[in-house]
Amino acid sequence: MKSASIQLDTLTCPSCAQKIEGATKAFAGVDAESVKVLFNSSKVKFDFDDEKVSVEDVEKAIADLGYEVKKTRVKDK
Amino acid sequence: MQRFVLNQKNRITLICAVLIVIGFAGGLVFKNETIAVWSLMVASLFGLAPIAIQAYQALKVKVVSIDVLVTIAVIGAFFIRNFEESAIVTFLFLFGAYLEQRTLNKTRSAIKELTEMAPESALKQMDNGEFEEVEVDEVDVGDILLVKTGAKIPVDGTVISGEGSINEASITGESLPVAKGKGSTVYAGTILDNGTIQIVADRVGEDTTFGKIIELVEEAQDSKSEAERFIDRFAKYYTPAVLLLGILVWAISRDLELAITILVLGCPGALVIGVPVSNVAGIGNGARHGVLLKGSEVIRDFSRLDTMVFDKTGTLTEGNPSVSEKIYYEHPDEALEYLASIEHESDHPLAKAILAEIGPVKLWSVEDTEVVKGGGIVATVNGHRVAVGNVAMLESENVTLTEQAKTDIARLEKGGNSLVLTAVDGELKILMGVRDQIRPGVKEDLQRLKKLGVKNLIMLSGDNQGTVDVVGRELGLTRAYGNMLPEDKAAYIKKLIEEEGQIVAFVGDGVNDSPSLALAHIGIAMGSGTDVAIETSNVVLMNSDFSRLPHALGLTKATFRNMKQNIIIAVGVVLFLLAAVFFSEWMNMSIGMLVHEGSILAVILNGMRLLGYKLRK
Repeated sequence: MKSASIQLDTLTCPSCAQKIEGATKAFAGVDAESVKVLFNSSKVKFDFDDEKVSVEDVEKAIADLGYEVKKTRVKDK
Repeated sequence: MQRFVLNQKNRITLICAVLIVIGFAGGLVFKNETIAVWSLMVASLFGLAPIAIQAYQALKVKVVSIDVLVTIAVIGAFFIRNFEESAIVTFLFLFGAYLEQRTLNKTRSAIKELTEMAPESALKQMDNGEFEEVEVDEVDVGDILLVKTGAKIPVDGTVISGEGSINEASITGESLPVAKGKGSTVYAGTILDNGTIQIVADRVGEDTTFGKIIELVEEAQDSKSEAERFIDRFAKYYTPAVLLLGILVWAISRDLELAITILVLGCPGALVIGVPVSNVAGIGNGARHGVLLKGSEVIRDFSRLDTMVFDKTGTLTEGNPSVSEKIYYEHPDEALEYLASIEHESDHPLAKAILAEIGPVKLWSVEDTEVVKGGGIVATVNGHRVAVGNVAMLESENVTLTEQAKTDIARLEKGGNSLVLTAVDGELKILMGVRDQIRPGVKEDLQRLKKLGVKNLIMLSGDNQGTVDVVGRELGLTRAYGNMLPEDKAAYIKKLIEEEGQIVAFVGDGVNDSPSLALAHIGIAMGSGTDVAIETSNVVLMNSDFSRLPHALGLTKATFRNMKQNIIIAVGVVLFLLAAVFFSEWMNMSIGMLVHEGSILAVILNGMRLLGYKLRK
């Protein structure tokens, strides 16, 4: 398992947070329980299994929703 | 394509505005219906594009968002050929979102300033021995780094060579530079004012003290209180409910205009955003003033505080006793040397204070030392019998106390001193009063806390009751209890909470008093920005600065008030709009959207006031 923290461009509506949470949870390798969208710091944090899903896939899904990804950090867990 | 449209949102908003102006000019000034209709129609379509995309994405993840309501409303307006309304609503919605982003960034600015202080790069020693600039993420524990004058220390580490002075304000809040040399610990995020040092990395990234502070603040601003979680749950069902209501109204009245107006009026914007905005601004203000508040639950509890309980030593007092007064009787010169010689061999806490007071003097060899438990020491120095101790011990040594000495003793005792008397060959030579000084400014700070509405200020201490009483009286505390072990303190706090139903904050030592810190609703650990203090506290005072407590309390009160105001504004606006649509003639979609966006800006601006909050003296 790895944990990722993705910094996004400023989030403005709380429903954006819901959308991003939904999109991230939709991936099979992402631990749904761990997904946290920090509205005020505009960050997404989650744990994932890097054999099943790559962080780039998640980044792309979020970017497709219209939220610019600024920086991603991945750490071993 | 979707991404492109969303990225161009600001430009689209502008185009919308221009088209609307052309449309109205065409209709009203040039009386040209065709221009009016066409430009408003195009404006609606342009404006609708990004909103509809967002709505579609929301529905894909099974969320009925505000975008969904607005999209349906605009399409509805299109159907009844009300292009004026559809154009104005889309424009207001987009323009509102733009203003929200701008103002929200302001409320978050304080915390952003903090995170931007994080180091970005480091000079790392490579395998060939040269130093190269790398991203701070590439530094691992054990790497050797070079830090030059003016640079930020990239990680927590230990100095292995060089010297310099470091400004540690980002960690401790204290801006006076601290001298560092070989073996000193340095912290990430602090700045090397002058000198050049080489350090070895001990902790990197989020594990550094600075990283922990940032993480704490970031988590805090997004932590949710009970009320917020309720609003979130509410919002989840609220928007679908509004949609249903719209459909229902349409089904019954067959009035599409009314139905879509309800969709727009029902948008919950201000309600969902009001509380987080107050929260982030309040926590941001704290971070700027050296007060870290761990989340909105903490803000609520702290703002409704009844009782504050303090540890004495190290919290209200300095924690290092010193001689407050000394009185010499006949020929004290040699007696001073004898006293120093005896204290030199003792490890009693008072001995340190006395030696510091006497300074360097000639030391004699001490013989036949006899320690009287709870009394003092008797020994032979230079052939004289020297007794050092309290009044009871000297009396048992048959030292006669003159009337003058007795008056002095009574006066010093009353002042909260521990007494150390020195007698040589049965004659009193020196009387010293030793006291743990009250921290400067504490009395005024306590007064301020009281003025802010804290009902009880209570002190618990392991010290003897006499000393505790004196400190308690001097500081004007409600109650003061002595002879308490850490578990007694915890039990007392439990009693306050469970039996008296009070909301309690405990301020104390992060290590010894951790049971009390954990039990109290709000734990505040004093202990120079250490890990323990950060982890065990609900409120962290940077640099253990007691004087920030009143600001912290005032700030949480202001923040809590602000949240309540925002909820009232949001709920009030929705109620007003719904009432207006049913009972008035003038309400329509455009006015509804205007009021709605206005209320969102109102709660954001209201929240922003917290950034400038200052405690009135």
